[in-house]
Amino acid sequence: MSTLWILVLNATGQTLSMVFFSTLFSLVIGLPLGIFLTITSPMEQGGIIPHLVVNNILGRIVNVLRSFPFIILMILLFPLSRLILGTSIGTAATIVPLSIAAAPFVARVIETSLKEVNPGVVQAARAMGSTNSQIVFKVLIPEALPSLVSGVTLTIINLIGYSAMAGAIGGGGLGDLAIRYGYQRFRGDVMFVSVVVILVLVEIIQVTGNKISAKLMSKR
Amino acid sequence: MQITLKNLKRSYAQLHAVNDVSLSIPSNTIYGIIGRSGAGKSTLVRLISLLEKPDDGEIYYDGNRVDNLNNQDLLLRRRHLGMIFQNFNLFSSRNCAQNIAYPMEINGYSHEEIKKRVSELLRVVGLEGREEAPISTLSGGQKQRVAIARALSCKPDILFCDEATSALDPQTTSAILDLIKEIQKKMSLTVVMITHQMEVVRDACSSVAVLDEGKVVEEGFVSDIFSHPQNPVTKDFLSRLVGVDEGKKNKVYQWSHKEGSYVLRFPDNATDEPVLSRISRTFGVDFNLRAGGVQTVGDKEIGTMIVDILCPSSSLLPQVIAELKNQGVIVEEVQK
Repeated sequence: MSTLWILVLNATGQTLSMVFFSTLFSLVIGLPLGIFLTITSPMEQGGIIPHLVVNNILGRIVNVLRSFPFIILMILLFPLSRLILGTSIGTAATIVPLSIAAAPFVARVIETSLKEVNPGVVQAARAMGSTNSQIVFKVLIPEALPSLVSGVTLTIINLIGYSAMAGAIGGGGLGDLAIRYGYQRFRGDVMFVSVVVILVLVEIIQVTGNKISAKLMSKR
Repeated sequence: MQITLKNLKRSYAQLHAVNDVSLSIPSNTIYGIIGRSGAGKSTLVRLISLLEKPDDGEIYYDGNRVDNLNNQDLLLRRRHLGMIFQNFNLFSSRNCAQNIAYPMEINGYSHEEIKKRVSELLRVVGLEGREEAPISTLSGGQKQRVAIARALSCKPDILFCDEATSALDPQTTSAILDLIKEIQKKMSLTVVMITHQMEVVRDACSSVAVLDEGKVVEEGFVSDIFSHPQNPVTKDFLSRLVGVDEGKKNKVYQWSHKEGSYVLRFPDNATDEPVLSRISRTFGVDFNLRAGGVQTVGDKEIGTMIVDILCPSSSLLPQVIAELKNQGVIVEEVQK
């Protein structure tokens, strides 16, 4: 096999692992955050335990993190990567800033999906004596599931984009390959193949996400 | 389960949605609460069903105060209340059987119990064999039947119907009301029915409270209210009922398309006398009958006619009306 394919194969593996783990961790942080944003919002917006102060503080944090340009956020988070993983360079180290950058995005996507749930259904669940956690896990999340799947799809695609940027600070992956070989060493073929692989990845994820969402909808 | 409300108040910002409501809803009946939109009925039902706390006042179920329960007791109490809604509010993520199963799941019923009770309830509401049906494949009437089954699954002692038939066509409305009446008898439920449709009160309720601007303006047995309405709001509701095609049992036939000026109602005691022809002879006036029929109200039948009264001189008219009332006829001028 030519060096081109070995390079691309390695880089694809790095991209996939970055995207996979950062999706996972951003969901771990973003999902509860999105749920809290929803349930603490005012009653009219579907909040089940409205709490103005908590809602405002969470909302502010999410907004600040989301308005940071990713490349700057990543540099700011180097010390955190070093603290957690002992290094701020490499594929594993990029997962920290990627997860933290995507978490507030995930939180907003989850919040939007959950707020789409018919408030009447939530009222019915309350009238039947559901506890707050039963409303969240047995009503809100199942009712919003198709929309949540679309949100996760969007997150993964965003993370593929971010992970390409992460290459710039030594994170590896397809973005890194395209810059170091394609751009700096004038290897047009490497540039071309990297971009095509990224396109194909995005396409596969989008189509799969749409399929799952449509399948869930068709059962309703 | 008898429900007693004492001086309930609830306001939002400047609006007094429920303003000093006291009611006693007897056990084992269908009790109507009627009002125009904005009269405060939705707020009132949220207070009675313990979804919201009143600013002031007390709520008792069978003599036990329930408006000040702590959170844990409130959840347990709500689990024995049933509620159905105008828009059904079914879970779209669950099929028919899973919707009905939800209250039992949160109540900790076993799988076998749930399965048994679901098929039992589907039979009660006339949807046997539709366990697996997705909610979106059901018609409005079927959705309300599933909602009723869901509301009944944990054997509630009170069933709240919040505009439960407002989104349904007249035929489906009457089928759903029949079902609610049947279930009420079978399960000895207390049913509180919130509505803005007088025909719902007429066809299903035995007592009714008329709500206007957050206050109860009239209250009593449906048959009394229909034959002797006192408040203008009640009269307004009743006047819109006459002359409308209201399904098979209650037809007031209109054979003249021009509306009459007076609605005459003949309660039981006035139906056996030849009132009109007698008055016609005595006063020398003519009655032009434009519509007539019988309305079944609760368990009573009330004859209704829409007439014009043709008098040789206008001074005679008040006398004629006085005599009609004297004979036990209820006279209402049609407002144009």
